[in-house]
Amino acid sequence: MEASKVIHAIYTDDDVLMAAVKKVKSERHHIEEIYTPFPVHGLDKAMGLAPTRIAITSFLYGCVGLTVAITMMNFIMIQDWPQDIGGKPSFSYVENMPAFVPIMFELTVFFAAHLMVITFYLRSRMWPFKKAENPDPRTTDDHFLMEIPVHNNEKELSDLLKETGAVEINLIDKAH
Amino acid sequence: MYTISNRLKMASIALMILGLLGVSYGFWDSHQYKTEEDVKVLLASEHGDHHGDAHATEGHGEEAAHDESVHGAHADVDHAEAGHEKSHEEHVLHQIHNRPWSALYVAAFFFFMIALGVLAFYAIQFASQAGWSPVLFRVMEAITAYVLPGALIVLGIAVASGTIGHYNIFVWMDPEVVEHDKIIQGKSGFLNMTGFIIRGLIFIAGWSLYRYFARKFSIAQDNAEDNKNFKKSFRIAAGFLVFYIYTESMMSWDWIMSVDPHWFSTLFGWYVFASMFVSGITVIALMTIYLKSRGYLEFVNDSHLHDLAKFMFGISIFWTYLWFSQFMLIWYSNIPEEVTYFVTRFEDYQIPFLGMVVMNFVFPFLVLMNSDYKRIPWFVVMAGIVILCGHYVDVFNMIMPATVGDRWSIGIPEIGSILLFAGLFLFIVFTSLTKAPLLAKRNPFIKESEHFHY
Repeated sequence: MEASKVIHAIYTDDDVLMAAVKKVKSERHHIEEIYTPFPVHGLDKAMGLAPTRIAITSFLYGCVGLTVAITMMNFIMIQDWPQDIGGKPSFSYVENMPAFVPIMFELTVFFAAHLMVITFYLRSRMWPFKKAENPDPRTTDDHFLMEIPVHNNEKELSDLLKETGAVEINLIDKAH
Repeated sequence: MYTISNRLKMASIALMILGLLGVSYGFWDSHQYKTEEDVKVLLASEHGDHHGDAHATEGHGEEAAHDESVHGAHADVDHAEAGHEKSHEEHVLHQIHNRPWSALYVAAFFFFMIALGVLAFYAIQFASQAGWSPVLFRVMEAITAYVLPGALIVLGIAVASGTIGHYNIFVWMDPEVVEHDKIIQGKSGFLNMTGFIIRGLIFIAGWSLYRYFARKFSIAQDNAEDNKNFKKSFRIAAGFLVFYIYTESMMSWDWIMSVDPHWFSTLFGWYVFASMFVSGITVIALMTIYLKSRGYLEFVNDSHLHDLAKFMFGISIFWTYLWFSQFMLIWYSNIPEEVTYFVTRFEDYQIPFLGMVVMNFVFPFLVLMNSDYKRIPWFVVMAGIVILCGHYVDVFNMIMPATVGDRWSIGIPEIGSILLFAGLFLFIVFTSLTKAPLLAKRNPFIKESEHFHY
């Protein structure tokens, strides 16, 4: 159920923001989203977000990269066009394996890193020419914004947010 | 303050006594073989076991040829150019006599290298002004108490093997070998007994001086009004690290690489460094977990453990990187005088040589990869024990092929030596731990460290 009205509370300090998040959560209000100019350490835990699964994808992408490297080197150097390098003519992948380890390592890292970054962008719904969802440009500079859905409790919420040190509280109608 | 429990004290003394018995047995056992005749009987009985009596002589011939070709640097040295021929039996007799010496030396070096690795880690914490680690400083300081006795013991065994022993670890100490060996003669400006002792004493003096002053400033800082002691400690840590990286490298040539005096590797110092660094960090983690389980170190939280486990994971990979770099270049170029080092290890040491890669790389890599597992004490302990065993085997693989060849085993002399030095290590480290409060309370970063969370 998407609330049509939200409150945007603006903070100017990450420590104040952290304390505010803890307070708002302890009063059992749902926090829709928080926009910050830089990553705030421990904010995800305080908001009660589920832990990230990006590490698992990274491991899987690494396995893909390793497999690609092994298959590729086996095809190029053993099957398709075997060569006599350093006086070691051989048609066995295993015997030549040490020479391929740097390639296996590099492709593992390459796949894990690049695919992980791409996954992260897509999962965050970011792609080229995408219009920014950011509600207030000041959150890219030095302000922190907390978005809380309103269910006929604006008064109670704004009092609570003021108490936590919000410098500005705006009621936004999201209906369109 | 920490007080050493009687049980721990008794256990360490019991380990030392047991170890001493094992070491003595090893020496006694090896000297049952006094002459080449004894060895002939031994070899005949061994071949009887392996090939059946009918093939005894044939098998023996193969074995001897195999020894000549494979035994790399040391074999070359023994069978030196100028017609100084030794019989196979004499060679084997020497290997049998070398075994207890080498076992003692490997274990002594292993425990010494843990302490020196921790000393370097400790200095890095100061030089980088790390904020997470000051709650662990007293544990690190206690472990580094073993640097001085440990290093003196290693140097002592090395020198004794070339004086009261019969050149049981370093062949270049034997004037008769050098006389017939042009390559060692060329290196004798560096590889000679006097130089070896003087260099060793300079290394030990430098490390111990840093350890002495760092500990002194750390304790003085506890009750200080300002940060003067901390600043002094910062300065000497930076100086020590420069001294350390040169002397550690030279120490590894002297104390390890020179057992194969014909062979050399230019990244050997780094390789030994990686081994000592990861062993040292592992021991810090194990000791922290032990002390926490006994109700001490209440200010250490699981984020500190997490960071130590990250170091164990990372430096294990670093070790593998160096191990593989050393191996691959030599394997690829395939130059006889270099590749003999790895041929020996693949022919005669296949299980420890490849098993070490599993223990030092594959196992910690898979076990410690998951972020959550790095905070679970028993997981870290399990990985830590495997890493420590793996690095013992690493030192074993560096020394044994040169001294005992294919007559290696992990038996009473080896385990006795491990117990002896484990007991001594525990005794010195935990006694040193009782000498100061467990929290370096006036360190300027102690607040940050106590509140450290990841």
